[in-house]
Order: sequence, then structure tokens, then C-alpha cells
Amino acid sequence: MAGQLEGRVAFVTGAARGQGRSHALRLAQEGADIIAIDIAAQIDTVPYPMSNPGDLAETAKQIEALDRRVVTRIADVRDRDALQAAFDAGVAELGAPTIVSANAGIAPMSLHPKAQEWQDVIDVNLTGVYNTVEVSKQAMIDTGKGGAYVLTSSTAGLAGIGGNTPGGIGYTAAKHGVVGLMRTYANTLAQYSIRVNTVHPTGVNTPMVVNDAMQEFLQSDPAMGQAMANALPVPMVEAVDISNAIVFLVSDAGRYITGVTLPVDAGFLNKR
Amino acid sequence: MAGRVDGKVAFITGAARGQGRSHALRLAQEGADIIAVDIAGSIPGMDRFYPGATQDDLDETVARVEALDRRIVAIKADVRDFTALKDALDSGVAELGHLDVVSANAGVFQFGDKTEDVSDEDWDTVNDINAKGVWHTAKAAIPHLKQQGTGGSIVLTSSTAGIMGTPNVAAYTASKHAVVGIMKTLALELAPFSIRVNSVHPTGVNTQMIRNEATYRLFLPDTPHPTDEQAEEVFRTTNALPIPWVEPVDISNAVLFLASDEARYVTGLQLKVDAGYTLK
Repeated sequence: MAGQLEGRVAFVTGAARGQGRSHALRLAQEGADIIAIDIAAQIDTVPYPMSNPGDLAETAKQIEALDRRVVTRIADVRDRDALQAAFDAGVAELGAPTIVSANAGIAPMSLHPKAQEWQDVIDVNLTGVYNTVEVSKQAMIDTGKGGAYVLTSSTAGLAGIGGNTPGGIGYTAAKHGVVGLMRTYANTLAQYSIRVNTVHPTGVNTPMVVNDAMQEFLQSDPAMGQAMANALPVPMVEAVDISNAIVFLVSDAGRYITGVTLPVDAGFLNKR
Repeated sequence: MAGRVDGKVAFITGAARGQGRSHALRLAQEGADIIAVDIAGSIPGMDRFYPGATQDDLDETVARVEALDRRIVAIKADVRDFTALKDALDSGVAELGHLDVVSANAGVFQFGDKTEDVSDEDWDTVNDINAKGVWHTAKAAIPHLKQQGTGGSIVLTSSTAGIMGTPNVAAYTASKHAVVGIMKTLALELAPFSIRVNSVHPTGVNTQMIRNEATYRLFLPDTPHPTDEQAEEVFRTTNALPIPWVEPVDISNAVLFLASDEARYVTGLQLKVDAGYTLK
């Protein structure tokens, strides 16, 4: 049985672990080769341990175990030139992608807020997504085959949640901004049959959410705890649930779906 | 290779042809058994737009599902008649054993009159089928799903006209917005039972509902007999992607995703399959 994405190449940011690794693996299971990039380093304002080069190598190992090809590069989505170089290296080896998952993101929320959080989260979660599209769109257009972008937003991209700290406010603003990027690119890239959609996860069982700093932050404010309560009787979803939505959107099954904000949120947004 | 909805039973209204038949076939391809209903007859007030489905159409759906080695129970029923619809579903569940997926797809399209000129009869035909019929479909299905206690997925067919206003299409637009209200409410009511409820919002789909001269004239009011080519050109301008309309299977693929366990935590979603129609 052929996979749904046989013969395609996917570019995934934040691929060292968590949702990004899951996306890379699900896309590879369906037959895609992967250009996987990650910062694989700490950002000072982020209160939980970020990924490391060993995580990115583990993603590569798991993709290879699926008999798919993978190119990994350490690159920071905030650095356009480094990101372009990483992308170009992947294209040189695997060819141009017709799938892009702009997934890299941080959640600098804690009980010890710092002013710098705002700038860091805007730079990674919004400018980083912009950079991801910008470094890849011409190569995708040039394939002449169309393609699909999925930008990772959040329930906080459609609702005013995230808390009252520089990082929390910035997170919510950046994730809303991603929707604006999606709508603009969906219109401008439609003529090339390139589709652009967003996914909006509720809390996902990954190191970004399941860590002491985040749990302390959520429990400190009853309104924030409430902000994580889903309609379906599940506290969190798994990374693969977001990956499955991405596979659907980028596959031929979604060939005429563009401009959509797709919540994978266990009914969270509809409850508000 | 296991299908994506292996072992599930899907209840589909309006299954004789068009999108409904496509949903039945796509779900059957992925392993589901089907309970299919359709009015399979002419509907007063609709003939001036396009002809109704027939018993032959419904029989053809049955033959094609069976050709996929899946079971199907097909019963002629009008979604406006709750008792008939419930009886049809109950007998389907009795025969196939359970119920997991619901596609409330039956619908009609009327258009052309300014809102103040729409007759009561036309308003009622459209809203009784498109909105009340969707509610009836859910009402008939929910007791089965709750009693089983195994969750479920209900997909309601709305439209781009369930998101945006559409001039001279008041009854249809109102009915498709009503579907969203039903969806959002049911998503809340049924979440504790792990029953998910979502809507799909197609742009124009390549079926008889839009591929007819009456519909073409809605877009080309000054052309007495618009051709397919003229229609294709003007429909193309309504979408962001460079296509005039989507195919029934594109909606079926969205229904399949929502019906499958891949979407086990997706509920309360308005899923547009609209080639960017509402975005432009």
C-alpha cells in the first residue's frame, strides 16, 4: 500500500522533538523525505529545557528507520540567512519540498516573567514562521506542482488566553499573527495551487507543556487552569493527533482546502 | 491494510447520488458499512431548479457499495419526516449491529429570488430539509450513539453559505447557517460522551445541484442559456485556487478524516473545503 505522500519532500521546523518530531515521522510514514531543522539550543527566557543536537539526531534516526531520507540542520528560525542555508542544503540533497510544517515555537511563560519574553516569543513564533515561508516559497512555486503549508498556531491564536505576562501576551499575539500570515499567503499563493492552513492545538503532551515551570504557571492562576479545560473528556491531546491533521491537510485528500483554521482542540474553542 | 474506518457503521442521508453517494463509497472503501437514506423522489417546488434523485440512483449506490464488499442498508425516507427517518435508521442499526458515523448530507438548493420575494413554501422546503432535516438526523442517531457508549462522529454538511451571506439565496443561506448552530450546540452537549460533531463547508461541488442551467444563470444573469464553458469561467473567479468547483470526493475525504480516529480530538470545527472561496 503506497503512502499518501509517496515521492514528496517535507520541510519541518522544530523537528528535534515534541510535535515537530511527530510531524516528521508521520509524514515519513506516509512516504515523504524530510528536511528537519531545529535550534537545538536554549533560549534564555524559556523556563523549560529546550531541545539539543541529540534530539535532532534521534529524529533523523527514527526517520531512517522508516526507510525515508532525511537531512537535518541546526538552524534558528529567527535567523533568515541561517534558515535559508539550512533549507537550501536540504533541497540540494532531497529536492524542493511541496510540504512545509512551520512548527517551531516557544512558550516563555513562568511565575518569574521577564520583559525580554515578549520579544523572544514574537521573534520565534511569528517572525520565525514568516521566515520559514519566505525561505521556502519560491522553491515550492518553482516545482510547478503546487504544495501545502501548515502553520502551527494554537487555541491561543483564536482566543485571548495565555495569561498576563510578557511571554503569555506575546504568545497569544504571535499565534494570532500566524493566522494573519496564513490568510495572506493563502491568497497570494493560491494562483500557484499552493495551499496554506493553520492548526490550532489545545494542550499537547510534549515537553513544552509537560514541565514544572508550565504546570506551576497554569496552576498559579485559576483562570489559566480553566483556559486549558477541554470539552471532550481528555486533559491533553497527543502530538500524533496534530500530525494526523497535518497529513490530511497536505495530502491530496486536502487538495482544495486552503485558508482554514483547523483546531485540534478537543472542543476547547467551541466551549468559549 | 486496514481501512481508516474499518468496522464502523455510517448513516448517510441524501445518499442516492452526488455528495451523499460519494461519501458512502469513500467510507465503504475505507471499511465502513453503510446505512443509506434518500427521498428518492421529486420534491414539490424543486423541479424548476433541478430534478430529484430517483430510486434507480439509490439502487446504484447500493450496487457500488456492495461491489466494494461492504454491507449496505438503503431505505427510502424523507429527512423532514422524523418517524420515517428514525424507523429507517433503527432498522439499519438492527441489521448492521451498531452506529459510529453520521453524515447529515441531504440538502436542496434554491436561489434567485430577492429575500422579500421568497415564498413561504420555498422557504419551508429549503429550511425543512436543510436545517430541520439535519436536526432530525442527529435526533434519530444520538440515542444509538449514547446507548452504545463508544463515542462517535457526526458530520453536518453546511456550505460556504453557512459562513458568508449570499445575495438572492436567503432561504438556503439561512438554512446552512442554522446547521452551524446545530453543530456548535451538539458539540457541547455530546462532548462528555466522546461524540464529536463538526460541519463541512464546500464551495461549489461538481454535482447536479450546481451543474444546471438555472444555477449557471444565478452567476450569469444576463445570459439566457449559459454554457458549461461560460459557467466554468465565472465559477473559477469565485475561488482563490484556480479551479471552478471541487469534486464530491474532496468533501468525502474531509468527511472521512472527521469520521476516522485520526480526528479523535477534533470537535466543534467548521471545516471549509472551499478552494479559498470564503478567504478571497
